[in-house]
Amino acid sequence: MAKDNENGVDRRGALECMVWAGTGLLWTVAGGVPKVQQILGTTPANAQAATGFTFAQISDSHLGFARPENPDTNATLQEAIDRVVAAKDKPAFMIHTGDISHLSKPAQFDTADKIIGSSKLDVHYVPGEHDVIDEDNGKAYLDRYGKNSKGKGWYAFDHQGVHFIGLVNVFDLKAGGMGNLGAEQLAWLADDLKGKSASAPIVVFAHIPLWTVYQDWGWGTDDSMQALDLLKRFGSVTVLNGHIHQIFQKVEGNVAFHTARSTAFPQGEPGKAPSAGPMLMPEGKLKTVLGVASVTVKQGTHALAIVDTPLLAG
Amino acid sequence: MLSAFQRALAARTIPLVFALAFPCLAVPAAAEEIHVKIDNFVFVPDTVTIKPGDTVTWENVDDIPHSLVSKTPGAFRSHPLDTNDTFSFVFATAGAFDYFCGLHPHMQGKVIVAP
Ligand SMILES: [Cu+2]
Repeated sequence: MAKDNENGVDRRGALECMVWAGTGLLWTVAGGVPKVQQILGTTPANAQAATGFTFAQISDSHLGFARPENPDTNATLQEAIDRVVAAKDKPAFMIHTGDISHLSKPAQFDTADKIIGSSKLDVHYVPGEHDVIDEDNGKAYLDRYGKNSKGKGWYAFDHQGVHFIGLVNVFDLKAGGMGNLGAEQLAWLADDLKGKSASAPIVVFAHIPLWTVYQDWGWGTDDSMQALDLLKRFGSVTVLNGHIHQIFQKVEGNVAFHTARSTAFPQGEPGKAPSAGPMLMPEGKLKTVLGVASVTVKQGTHALAIVDTPLLAG
Repeated sequence: MLSAFQRALAARTIPLVFALAFPCLAVPAAAEEIHVKIDNFVFVPDTVTIKPGDTVTWENVDDIPHSLVSKTPGAFRSHPLDTNDTFSFVFATAGAFDYFCGLHPHMQGKVIVAP
């Protein structure tokens, strides 16, 4: 399947491009315009401009999960890391958009650190809700990954003129709600963005999508509009999320939203699957849903160009 | 020789005698244990009505972890329940207790404790 949609992605199209696991996303930033390229399998990122850089995104490794949907999540995470390392354009760093572990256990974080560490890359983490369910409400995650962060793990950094912001939306969740950023983090974000030039490219990453993908399953963030309002004046904003274990994307104004696949297991299609839980793939069907995707975000036109190609014609 | 009627009467009388002899065993309706299943991201049933002193036991039969957090802070809170894990809580006092899943807060349930 190949899809190239100049007018943004219709929901149906994004759903058709949904595939399984064991992968990461490699991002290329050229002239402040991030482009995404699926790195599993064949085509290495070759769109990197002379002046740009690449970074990788992995998500939802769920170490500790061992059920029929994927009995060996360590192996699929290792495979994803190996792909990142083998990419022709070596990424400058990696981001992990949460659910590193399945149950916030020290052994699960230890294993993740070992496997992800084999990349020898700097890794910037944000937690998923599975990473903060230890008895001390996230202390295990924050002690390990939150050393240079503010509040409950949020932070910002710059790389070659691109401003990266890691947001945390998995603490203090409210009954009936979805993800939550909270007033303290929103105030920090306003302060962080204050005085920044509107032409500065911004990449925001967080675990739960910062737009409502599907409210019935809690696939959104209650107060994300307040964060997006703060980002409105910027010419190029890219929002990278995980949590939903499938690719979803849309463009709204100058903001491009994208969710990454999991390295552990796929989740069902909103409204179609009986629940948001892990989805069992038919035997041998895996490669027909593994694939190569590239997304080009063109600054100034509000359009995504998407091409998804499976490894094996199904 | 006892008639059938008398035998039946005697059979009925014995427990009564025991009850009188050991009054503390005859305390009305022993506390019950009520089960709530967690499956497909839903509490089943989502509302249970119990008596003070009853226990609610949640069992996660879903293939993803869930947890239980009372809406009123501190009333009760479970550890994360992996597949097949259970959590029990004794509701000593009357009241209505709303709760949700700490990982998936759109999942909600209610325990009504009525004397
Ligand atoms: Cu849950």
